[in-house]
Amino acid sequence: MTETLVTFSLVAIWSAMAMYALAFIVFTFDLARRSAPAEAPASAALAAAGRGSAASRRAEASASESSRSSGSTAVLDREAGDGATVVPGARRSSKWARLAMALTVLAWLLHTGGTVLRGLAADRVPWANMFEFSLTATAIIVGVFLLVQFWQDLKFLGAYVTGFVALFLGIATVNFYVDVVPLPPALQSAWLVIHVFVASLGTGFFALGAGLSIVQLFQSSERTNRSRLLSTMPDATTLENMAYRLVVIGFVFWTFTLIAGAIWAEAAWGRYWGWDTKEVWTFIIWTIFAGYIHARATRGWRGSRSAWLAIIGFSAVLFNFTIVNLFFKGLHSYSGM
Amino acid sequence: MASSRPSDHIDSPAPEAGINQPRLGFMGYLRFFWRQLTSMRTALFLLLLLAFAAIPGSLVPQRSSDPNGVVQYIRDNPDAAEVLDFLQVFDTYSSVWFSSIYLLLFVSLIGCIIPRTKHHLQSLRTPPPKTPARLARLAGFTSVNSDTADAPDAAITSAQKLLSKQGYRTRLFDETARDGSRELSVSAERGYLRETGNLVFHSALVGVLVTVGIGGGFGYNGNKVIVEGQAFTNVLSGYDTFNPGRFFSDDVLVPYTIAVDKFSAEYEEENLDAYGQPIDYTVDVTTDVPGEGEASGIIKVNEPLRIAGSNAYLLGNGYAPWITVRDGDGNVAFSQPVPFLPQDANLTSVGVIKVPDALPEQLGLQGFFYPTQCSTDVCGSALSSVHPDLRDPTLTLEVYTGDLGLDEGAATNAYALNTDDLTQVSGRNADSPGLLLKLGDTVELPNGLGSVEFTEVKRFVSLDIHHDPTQIWVLIFSILVLAGLLTGLFIPRRRVWVKAVATPTGTRFEYAGLARGEDPGLESAVEDIARKHSQQLGLKLSE
Repeated sequence: MTETLVTFSLVAIWSAMAMYALAFIVFTFDLARRSAPAEAPASAALAAAGRGSAASRRAEASASESSRSSGSTAVLDREAGDGATVVPGARRSSKWARLAMALTVLAWLLHTGGTVLRGLAADRVPWANMFEFSLTATAIIVGVFLLVQFWQDLKFLGAYVTGFVALFLGIATVNFYVDVVPLPPALQSAWLVIHVFVASLGTGFFALGAGLSIVQLFQSSERTNRSRLLSTMPDATTLENMAYRLVVIGFVFWTFTLIAGAIWAEAAWGRYWGWDTKEVWTFIIWTIFAGYIHARATRGWRGSRSAWLAIIGFSAVLFNFTIVNLFFKGLHSYSGM
Repeated sequence: MASSRPSDHIDSPAPEAGINQPRLGFMGYLRFFWRQLTSMRTALFLLLLLAFAAIPGSLVPQRSSDPNGVVQYIRDNPDAAEVLDFLQVFDTYSSVWFSSIYLLLFVSLIGCIIPRTKHHLQSLRTPPPKTPARLARLAGFTSVNSDTADAPDAAITSAQKLLSKQGYRTRLFDETARDGSRELSVSAERGYLRETGNLVFHSALVGVLVTVGIGGGFGYNGNKVIVEGQAFTNVLSGYDTFNPGRFFSDDVLVPYTIAVDKFSAEYEEENLDAYGQPIDYTVDVTTDVPGEGEASGIIKVNEPLRIAGSNAYLLGNGYAPWITVRDGDGNVAFSQPVPFLPQDANLTSVGVIKVPDALPEQLGLQGFFYPTQCSTDVCGSALSSVHPDLRDPTLTLEVYTGDLGLDEGAATNAYALNTDDLTQVSGRNADSPGLLLKLGDTVELPNGLGSVEFTEVKRFVSLDIHHDPTQIWVLIFSILVLAGLLTGLFIPRRRVWVKAVATPTGTRFEYAGLARGEDPGLESAVEDIARKHSQQLGLKLSE
C-alpha cells in the first residue's frame, strides 16, 4: 500500500514539474510579448475603463438605495481618482499569461496532490526530511503566489515562481530523495506539524517578496527604465509597497517559527536555545528581515537598499535550507541524507 | 510623534540643509553621540552587523554546543585554531565582540523606547488634533454637497457616532473659516494600539535579553548516566557532570530521587528502508520527591519529566553489560553493569572496566560490545554490530594488569583507561588473544589472573537535569514579542476628519484621512466612512 502511494506521489510530482516547466515557458512567452510593441496602451485604457465602470455601478446601486429613503439630492465629486485598487502600469493580462496561470494552477494541484499522497504513504505530515520539506515548501510558495492573485495581479512574477519551483522540485526529487521511513523519536512531536509548516509558510512569503524586490531593482535602475517590458509592470514604489506587505507577513511567521522552535527544543533537547547551526541561521534571517523592516523606516534606506535586504534575506533562507542542512554539523540533522 | 522618533526616521521632518552648527562642548558631544547611537541608521547598521557577526559561529564548532568538535578542530588545524581561539570564535556568542554589538544595539533600542513610551503615554491622553483647514490635500479626500443648510450639527454628531463605533477617538470642532463661513467638524484618530504594540515588541525583546542574561545564572544543568535498576539522587555528588549558573547555591537542589525501572527501545521491523531505525524510547521511572512520596512516571525524547521545579530529559541510551570478574584467588572482585558508550547507529559500543580490588594485581579491561554481532560468514573476521537490538550480544575485551592509578584519589575518567603504565596480558599486543564472550560465557584469564563472566545485559539512559527558573519568563516575553509584532505591524494608525462647510447653496461634507505609519487601507477606509455617512444623511453618491 505504502509503495503504491509513494509511486503515485512521485508520478504526480514529476507531472507537476513538467507542468510547471510548461507554465514557465508560457510565462516567459508572455514577458517576451510584453516587450514587443503592441496594443498595450489601448488595452490598459480598456482595463481602467472596465474597473471604473464596475466601481461606479456599485456606487450607483448603493446611492439609489439610499435616495429612496430620503428626498434630498447630492452629488459626490471625487477629487482623487480611484487609484487605490488599480496598480499603476498594470494592464489586463494577455491570453498567454492567463494560459500560464491555468497551467500553474493545474501543476499546483498535481504538486499538492503528490505531497498529500506522500504524507498518506508515510502516515504523517509530509515534511519530516529534506525531500518532503522541499515538496511542501515549494507547494506553499506556489499556493501563496496563487492566493495573492486575488489581492494583486502579480502574473509578471509567474516566470520567477514557476521557474524556481520547477528547478527546486527537480533538485529535490533527484538529489534529496529518501524512502518513506518512520519518524525518529526526536521528531515525534506536535511541534513538527506547527514549527515546520509555519517556517515554510514564511518561506513562501519571503520568496514572493524577494521576487517583487528583484523587479523593483530593475524598475528603479536608470538604464532599464525605458524598457517596454518594465512599463507593463507596476512602478518601483508600488512594487516596494507590495514586497513590504508580503515580507512583513513572512516576518511574523518567521518570528513564530523561532519561538515555536525554541519551545520544541526545550522539550526535545533540554534547552530552548543553544546556538545550534540551524538556530544561528534562523536568527540571522530574522535579523536581516528585522533590518529590512527598519530600513523602510529609515531615511535614505527606502527603495533599492531595502530591496537588496529582502533579496539577501531570502538568499539566506535558501542557504539555510540547502547548504546548512547538507554541510553544517548540528542537531537539526533530519535531512535523511 | 515626530519629535519622539529618531531624526532620521522616515516620518520625522527632513533635516534642513546647511545649518552652521555651534561648537560642541563635552555635554554637546555626549548628546551628539547619544543621538547618533539612537538613530535609525545606527540601529539598522547594528542589526545587520549582528546578523553578520553570527555567521562565524555556525562555521566553526562552538564550545557551548559542540565541545568535542572544538577539541577535534584544534587538533586538526592547530595554527588556525590559535588565531580563532584568540578571537574567541569558538565562543562566538559570548565573545566580547558579539556581546558588544548586541549590547550597543540594546542600548540604542532602550534609548529609542524610553522617549517614545513617554510620548505615547502623552498622546494617549491627548484628544485628536484640530481639523486641518484644507482637507483636499489629504488622503482619500471625498466631498458631497447637500442642498439643505439645516442640521449640520446633527450630521456631524452622526459622523462622530459612526467613527466612535469604528474605534476612533473623536473630538468636535466648531470654527469659523477665514471667509466667515461656519465649519463644523469631527476630528478622529484610531490605532493607538499600533504604537503600543510597537513598544511592547521592543520592550519584550529587552525583556528576553535580560531574562536570558540574568536567568541563566540562577539555574543549573547536569548529566547522569543511570543503569536500569539504579537510582539517581539530586545532590551535587549524584551527578556525572554539573554546570551551575553564576548565582547557583546548593540549597536550590531538591534531594529527590529518580529510579530507572526499565528502558524500552523499539526498532523498526517491517519497513526494510528503515530496518533497525529507532521508533520509540521510553524510560519507566519511579520518583521520590521529599514530602510528596513515591510516584511512577515515564520519560520520552519529547516528553521530559517535570520534577520539583526541574526537568529530566532523555538525551541518550545504550547498553551496560553486566560483568563479573573473579581474581586469581576465585573471589568476586567486580560484579556490576558497566555502561558502554555507543559509537554508531547499530550501537557498537566501547567501554572500560577497572578492577582495583583484584589480587594479586589490579586489572583493567577495555573493549567493544556488539548488541547484534554480524556473523563472520557475512561480515568477515572484523567484528561489527548490524542491529541496535539484542540479537546476538557479544563482548570483546583486552586485559591489562598494573597500577590503575585510582589509589591517589585524583579524579579519573571512568570511560577511559590510561594504559601507559599497564601491561597487556590479553589482546593484540600480548601472548594470549583478546577475550570474546557471548552472553553467559565465562573466560579464564591467562597466567591464573582469574576469570571474566559476561553475566547479563542491561540498558542505561543518559539523563540531563535542567533547572531554569526564568525559562517561563523568556516564554512570556517571547509571546509578548509576537503579540507586539502583530499589533505593531497590522493595526493601522490613522486620522480621519469629517467636516461640514456651509456653502451658499447648502452644506458641503468633506472626508479625508492621514496615515501615521504604514497604512495601505487608508483610502478605502475613508471611502467607506464617506459612503456610510452620506448614506445616513440620505445623500446621493455618484462617482
